Amino acid sequence: MKIFNHIQLAYQAMMRNRMRGILTMLGIVIGVAAVIVIGAAGEGAKYSIKATLASMGTNLIMVTPLSNDPGGTRLQSEELQTLTLKDIKAIEERSLYVSAISPSSQSEGQAIHGALNWPTTIEGVNEKFLPIRNWSLKSGTMFTEKDVKTYAKVCVLGQTVVNHLFSKGIDPIGKIIRFGKLPLQVIGVLNIKGQSAFGQDQDDVILSPYTTVQKRVTASVYFGGIYASAKSEALSDAATKEIVDLLRLTHRLRAEESNDFEVLTQVEMLRTLNTVTGLLTILLMGIAGISLLIGGIGIMNIMYVTVKERTREIGLRMSIGARGRDILSQFLIEAVLISVSGGITGIILGQLNALIVEKLMHWPVAALTYPMLISFSFCTLIGIFFGYYPALKASRLDPIEALRYE
Amino acid sequence: MMNDILVLDNIKRDFRRGDDMIRVLKGISFHIGAGEFVTIMGSSGSGKTTLLNTLGCLDKPTEGTYLLDGTNVGLLSRDELARLRNRKIGFVFQAYNLLPRTSALDNVALPLFYNPAISASERKERAAAALEAVGLRERMQHTPNELSGGQQQRVAIARALVNEPVMILADEATGNLDTRTSYEIMALMQELNTVQGKTIVFVTHEPDIAAFSSRTIVLRDGLIVKDNDNPDIHPARQMLEELPLMDDY
Repeated sequence: MKIFNHIQLAYQAMMRNRMRGILTMLGIVIGVAAVIVIGAAGEGAKYSIKATLASMGTNLIMVTPLSNDPGGTRLQSEELQTLTLKDIKAIEERSLYVSAISPSSQSEGQAIHGALNWPTTIEGVNEKFLPIRNWSLKSGTMFTEKDVKTYAKVCVLGQTVVNHLFSKGIDPIGKIIRFGKLPLQVIGVLNIKGQSAFGQDQDDVILSPYTTVQKRVTASVYFGGIYASAKSEALSDAATKEIVDLLRLTHRLRAEESNDFEVLTQVEMLRTLNTVTGLLTILLMGIAGISLLIGGIGIMNIMYVTVKERTREIGLRMSIGARGRDILSQFLIEAVLISVSGGITGIILGQLNALIVEKLMHWPVAALTYPMLISFSFCTLIGIFFGYYPALKASRLDPIEALRYE
Repeated sequence: MMNDILVLDNIKRDFRRGDDMIRVLKGISFHIGAGEFVTIMGSSGSGKTTLLNTLGCLDKPTEGTYLLDGTNVGLLSRDELARLRNRKIGFVFQAYNLLPRTSALDNVALPLFYNPAISASERKERAAAALEAVGLRERMQHTPNELSGGQQQRVAIARALVNEPVMILADEATGNLDTRTSYEIMALMQELNTVQGKTIVFVTHEPDIAAFSSRTIVLRDGLIVKDNDNPDIHPARQMLEELPLMDDY
């Protein structure tokens, strides 16, 4: 018997009981829609994290001090005295894979301009800092190598600091602000960068030459950290290894001693974050998958009732020439039709929901083909799996008894 | 008979129930020729239903041979029996057994779905022709619940005719109908028999229905007790016209 005949018979049978078909489908629709929305949202979260990290510079390598001595007074990592200008020079001179490097000396404090003030962070860096972090200027200029050498009292402001220190319409360039007691001339304003992947406001910062900050604010020759940039994203791992080797050398660490610093790359952070969101997505997908499974059991349930209810019809079909396998195919196709049309509706609904989430929550939602393909084939499998047993039962009925069934 | 459609030779059918062996058919032999209109009668328990199942190829005899249009039914597998039913037999049931919420045309076309040699357009054509043959040309798109009992049974007869079977096998086909409608159905059966030469086997327990057929076989306790040709065939069409018009009260 032709497959098309079977499909037509199954379709006719389904249309005879539309409401029941639709209700059965609903379980599958909800399951598939849930899988799609969660899959898309999870993928969207990954994208957004990647985008945020990329805005920080994909080649970025960060070095922070670390204590390798478990004894003594334990200090915050920025106060550890391990990173010095010697480390910077060593990397600058001898590294093959690092394109630019900048030290960082941070300090918290109160910025003041006129009657306005704002608690913020001053970050002492060198003139190469902006490209390393993938930051850019909205107006003005960055300080130069000469400014760094001459301990110039200049600064570049983040937008948050500008907003809090200057009334609207006033151009901060050329104005003099104070950071604590240190007067600084504003020479540039940074573009807005928004929150970092960890929720920090990246615009709440004042950049000054590290020499100025070290001499006037922190009064220390040690750095709170080093920012470096690998020549390319692919070289990020090589550059990291190189930095570790160079720092161990300048710090004169013996082979058995552990590092007194920590190197973090953007790539590594991306990996970590992807693992976390990936796990979360899989977990939620699992929950959605369970609802899909329940939908499948709903199909099985309905198919059982249908076979029971249509026993006489099965008897009739057999008496007019349907073989057991014809009955089997018809009921199997009915189950698959229900689950597949439920699946298609679920995919459409899921995509619509994903779009709504995108519009309402400004959450970038990635429309993906693989959850669609997976849930679609899963639906077909569910139809076959849960439709098979009832269909087999139907195909094994004795036509004589089926015809007399009340 | 020169052209036998059915040949039954010493058919026996036993059922095992627990340790007991119930012998329902105890050796039945008869021939039915092409173009005969035979009624099989008998009270309940006479083996009538079992004989019908055997004739309809729904069941196989325990012993004896049954030839349907030259095919030995006892040797066939389940699937081959289904194929034989599809090509050679047209069933008409007491309860019509039409698919609900399905048009008369689709109901009639149903047996043709199980014959891969027939295309979709041919299916439609033949179903329409069969419906026309039973006088329901105007009702093709009606569903069973929009048809009267007599009309539903005529749809069922059309379904039995659509695959051009060698035999129409009716099981109490007038059992659910009033006298007038029964006569209408019998008139249709007689026309199919005389005009189109269809072989009809009609199982019933109503003696007045048997009067419309050309031959009557009576069963009792699993054996044939009477097998007569009917010398005085009642013309159903004429009797229908002679029936008093129904009075509404």
